[in-house]
Amino acid sequence: MPCLRLLMVLLLLAVPPWLHAAPPESVPTADDMAPRVLACVACHGREGRATNQGYFPRIAGKPAGYLYNQLRNFRDGRRSYPAMNGLLEYLSDDYLMEMASYFSRMDVPYPAPQTHNAAPAVLERGRQLVQQGDAAQGVPACVACHGTALTGVQKAIPGLVGLPRDYLNAQLGAWQAGQRHAHAPDCMADIARRLAPADVAAVSTWLSSQPVAGGGKPAAQPPGLLPLACGGLEGGLR
Amino acid sequence: MALAAALVWMLNLRGEAPVSDVLPQATASAQTVERGQYLARVGNCMSCHTAKGGAPYAGGRGIQTPFGTVFTSNLTPDDETGLGRWSADHFWRAMHHGRSRDGRLLYPAFPYTEYTQVSREDADAIYAFLRSLPPVKQAAPAHALGFPYSSQGALAVWRAMFFTPGATPTPKPVSAEWARGEYLVRGLGHCAACHSPRNAWGATRGGNDLQGGLLPLQQWYAPALTSAAEAGVAHWKTEDVVALLRTGQAPAQQASVSGPMADVVFNSTQHLTDTDARAIAVYLQALPQQAAPAGEARPVVAPAETLHLGARVYEQQCAQCHGAQGQGSPGAFPALAGNRAVLLSEPDNLVQLVLHGGYAPATAGNPRPHGMPPFLHVLADAEVAAVLTYVRGSWGNGAAPVSAMDVYQRREARR
Repeated sequence: MPCLRLLMVLLLLAVPPWLHAAPPESVPTADDMAPRVLACVACHGREGRATNQGYFPRIAGKPAGYLYNQLRNFRDGRRSYPAMNGLLEYLSDDYLMEMASYFSRMDVPYPAPQTHNAAPAVLERGRQLVQQGDAAQGVPACVACHGTALTGVQKAIPGLVGLPRDYLNAQLGAWQAGQRHAHAPDCMADIARRLAPADVAAVSTWLSSQPVAGGGKPAAQPPGLLPLACGGLEGGLR
Repeated sequence: MALAAALVWMLNLRGEAPVSDVLPQATASAQTVERGQYLARVGNCMSCHTAKGGAPYAGGRGIQTPFGTVFTSNLTPDDETGLGRWSADHFWRAMHHGRSRDGRLLYPAFPYTEYTQVSREDADAIYAFLRSLPPVKQAAPAHALGFPYSSQGALAVWRAMFFTPGATPTPKPVSAEWARGEYLVRGLGHCAACHSPRNAWGATRGGNDLQGGLLPLQQWYAPALTSAAEAGVAHWKTEDVVALLRTGQAPAQQASVSGPMADVVFNSTQHLTDTDARAIAVYLQALPQQAAPAGEARPVVAPAETLHLGARVYEQQCAQCHGAQGQGSPGAFPALAGNRAVLLSEPDNLVQLVLHGGYAPATAGNPRPHGMPPFLHVLADAEVAAVLTYVRGSWGNGAAPVSAMDVYQRREARR
């Protein structure tokens, strides 16, 4: 009899989305945010300034719209990373925006780049893809959207320098594998899928070898017209 | 054999009235729809009937059970894939008798074992609300259950053994408020689905005894509402119970919700009217309480090197928020000294909190909650075990040690 275990434990645990009709305003950060975001710094470092050693990305000084988009993407399942998905599950748009604004205003210095001794051929291929792209494969230059200094563009395009190589590799891989999505049209998914594995490694290696210019401040405008249509560029900001 | 089958079938259909297929001609009044929306919140229908990032109430979420995965149905009024062709009678039969429009027996992952106590009037209001939603065409994936759990015959036997439609006789109401609380706790609130223990067949024992239940796949323990040593609230002020339900925290009790209960507060109980929250509190406070386990807290016996490691991890990772003496920080970080959630004999919840962290739910009453970081990638199993052993044995706490194997098993089981 005991072997005939029948049916269902009713486990009504839910992961429902919190669907807000309208995106909120950027809320000025209260002075008491620091203790409220201590849950973030165990991985992202004090003041969100993780070094580019290891895996976890720095979040300090990134454009608020970018951080807000990512927080919502994790909460709503467009980006898959269980620690982040679980952490944010029951938070509101307003509060996520407040967190994003808080970290975007962090102005703390960047450490020296951590990738050393990469093969010159790999570095050169990486530099080429980042600076010029690969027209034959339909890959635009990274700088066309992420800024000439690669420190990102307001309001929602992230910087690519000052990040760990493993993290960059993982993000391009996640886009290729459908583990990371942005708001439609998901231009980065299209670009990532056009990159060969060796090209992913070359881009990540070159980017993680670069010093961060100008304190890592995001540019106000992209250098020219964006080469692709991308979703979420307003970053939920009005 | 035929006789036994007939008996099982008869038990499955008992109490059912003939079902009309007629769809409502007029749209329900705005008042009824609004009431139905509120009741759907109280029943937390959306939590399960919405896929992550998907359209509300359009179903498709997989509910994992020890018997396999059941996918929730689409409750929007789409004709092909939702409730579009369901009459009010069909909906009532599902809520009250656990049968679908086409007569199929429903899996009790849908808690009709509790919803069977919901009144016809309330079920009709929920039906009216669901019909008011925009239809979404989205078929649910087929359930992924092994044999025999996948068969209607097995389900019929289970129902014959463990399910009786309709309200079960209850003690004489203490007051109208208590009776309302009982109706909500035992019916729509389906608190027993988590807070009552289950037998090997997945059925709650002896009805809604609320004596604490393990959620095996989530590896969370829903503590007993009948014990002051667990989550009993008989000794709380009623306002504190109301605050916990509506905001996710009860500062006066240094209590907050996490894990599956954070979901319940976020999606359901924060929306309760003050009257209903109070009625639930009154009912929970009147639950018969189990006697406290005999004996005083005993000093924890753990190897000195474990406690040494635990103390070091605590100082590095925990003390900043929870205090050097486990005293916490009122309104922000809970005290660990004397905290009954820390002292539960089941270490499941502590292990989950340390591995996965989590924010308290953002509610109208607590819109900017504090959170606990996930340590899954920061601490090894042995470090998690050591720090929990240290916390459970320090500052007057006297709960059993946690082993690295305890941590490993709970981490692996939740993947």
